[in-house]
Amino acid sequence: MSEPTTSGTPAGAIHDIGYRHYDGPRLGASYIRRSLFVETLRGAYGLGRSARSKIMPFLLLGVMVLPALVVGIVTSYLRLGSLPLGYTEYVVTLQVAVTVFLGSQSPAVMSRDLRFRVTALYFSRPLSRQQYVQAKFAGMAAALFVLLGLPITLLLAGALLAELPLDEQLPDYLRAMAGAALYAVVLGGIGLVVAALTPRRGVGVAAVVGVLLVLSGFQAAVVGILGDAVSTRYAGLISPYTLVDGVVSGVLAAEPSIGQGPPGTLGAVVFSAAVVLLVAGCYAALVARYRKALS
Amino acid sequence: MNATVASLTRRNLLGRKRTLVLLLLPLALLALCTLARISANLDPDIEQDLQGALAPDLLGAFAIAILMPLLSLIAGTGSIGPEIDEGSIIYLLAKPLNRYSIVVTKLLVAIGVVVAFGVVPVGVAGVVLTGEVGAVTMGYTVGALAGGVAYSAVFLLLAVLSRNAVVIGLIYALIWESLVGGLVPGAQALSVQQWSLAVVQRVLGDSAQRLDVESAVGFGAALVLLTVVTLAATGYAGRRLETLRLNDDA
Repeated sequence: MSEPTTSGTPAGAIHDIGYRHYDGPRLGASYIRRSLFVETLRGAYGLGRSARSKIMPFLLLGVMVLPALVVGIVTSYLRLGSLPLGYTEYVVTLQVAVTVFLGSQSPAVMSRDLRFRVTALYFSRPLSRQQYVQAKFAGMAAALFVLLGLPITLLLAGALLAELPLDEQLPDYLRAMAGAALYAVVLGGIGLVVAALTPRRGVGVAAVVGVLLVLSGFQAAVVGILGDAVSTRYAGLISPYTLVDGVVSGVLAAEPSIGQGPPGTLGAVVFSAAVVLLVAGCYAALVARYRKALS
Repeated sequence: MNATVASLTRRNLLGRKRTLVLLLLPLALLALCTLARISANLDPDIEQDLQGALAPDLLGAFAIAILMPLLSLIAGTGSIGPEIDEGSIIYLLAKPLNRYSIVVTKLLVAIGVVVAFGVVPVGVAGVVLTGEVGAVTMGYTVGALAGGVAYSAVFLLLAVLSRNAVVIGLIYALIWESLVGGLVPGAQALSVQQWSLAVVQRVLGDSAQRLDVESAVGFGAALVLLTVVTLAATGYAGRRLETLRLNDDA
């Protein structure tokens, strides 16, 4: 059988059935994880998959980017003093496209491996289950970050081309990019957890979008029922969009895009804690999902 | 109509885990309405709102615009989509069964699921909100049923036509009906949601104006459109199932 590598853990796997020994260096688990991350990120945009799977992600990327281009052109033509659509409100304004992207791509990331029963092959390699989840989570979050960050960056480029001063634009741009990173991690986590529950693509798509849609509908309705009380401002905790928006406005002092944002320092702390708990919870749920036998 | 196909479809739609997902939607609606009811008991202002436009607003925004399309999407595509996806539909198509009757059976099962998980909870929500089986409750229940039937037929057709049925259906239900319909008034005439609102408006009668319920199309037109769309979608789905190609891509 193969010799243990330098790290002491046997890295040889099921394929070594004893015909001829391979004694050279092995790339190890972290290399597999990195490859899986890249593959997940590419796969979320349909790269390396059939032409049909490229249509939807690139269509939605176009839907995200187009308003940014229009805003940039309008700003420079009309010589406006500021962007008509701010950096930090961009994601919330286009949340339908983000939701559909998450819904259509997170099952593509998670469910395909389950449906074609290839997870068993992954786990027969040195890749641990945590590392599998890390690679998938990071890949999905990176794909979402591209989807959200690209139009925001184009918005900045449009503003600079319209000769708006950089020092006025930059703080809001950076806030929005931090927000995009948060959105990516939070939404990616929720999407993957829901998608990992089912090997069926169709059910996964509907379930992911359903969860996000019901949560935002619920949040809007709760705000509508409760009116203007201070407690209403905590209703933002219900939906992931208002949750991240609350953190961006509460902690990073941006203009809240929906409602009034969290009340005071306490609210900001509560919202941030909720984000951390949510992401950690999603990661834990995914690890737990893949710990047991898969179906 | 075929009992065996019906029971197979029902088992496909209502697995243990899938029933849970389906239950989440009506539970969210009922939780929302209970919350509204409780806060109405605490605050007379909200109580007054609830007698006025708040109840129709809640039911319209959550039940008609979110719950029904999503449920019909899951039920309509789920009744045939996975079978086509996995290729196991071939065992069904190889039997000496009329393809139209397969489609009709699957549609009826999907409608049954929509009624159980959507229409009935909407009725219950109406009772919780208004405290009576009045015009509002009846209107939204009937409207939800009309919308659910048309949505199910359309989404079942989509599932026969395309592997991406769920995403296309979502784009229709979300982007076309809410975004495009909100911006381009003409697009509202081509929206199942507006048609079911027309039914609601009709049942509410004179109180519709007071409750601020207004549909983009008239009742007659809506009824005709609902019927035509449902029948045409079912017929075309049956036609496509007769000439279905399996494994045309991987």
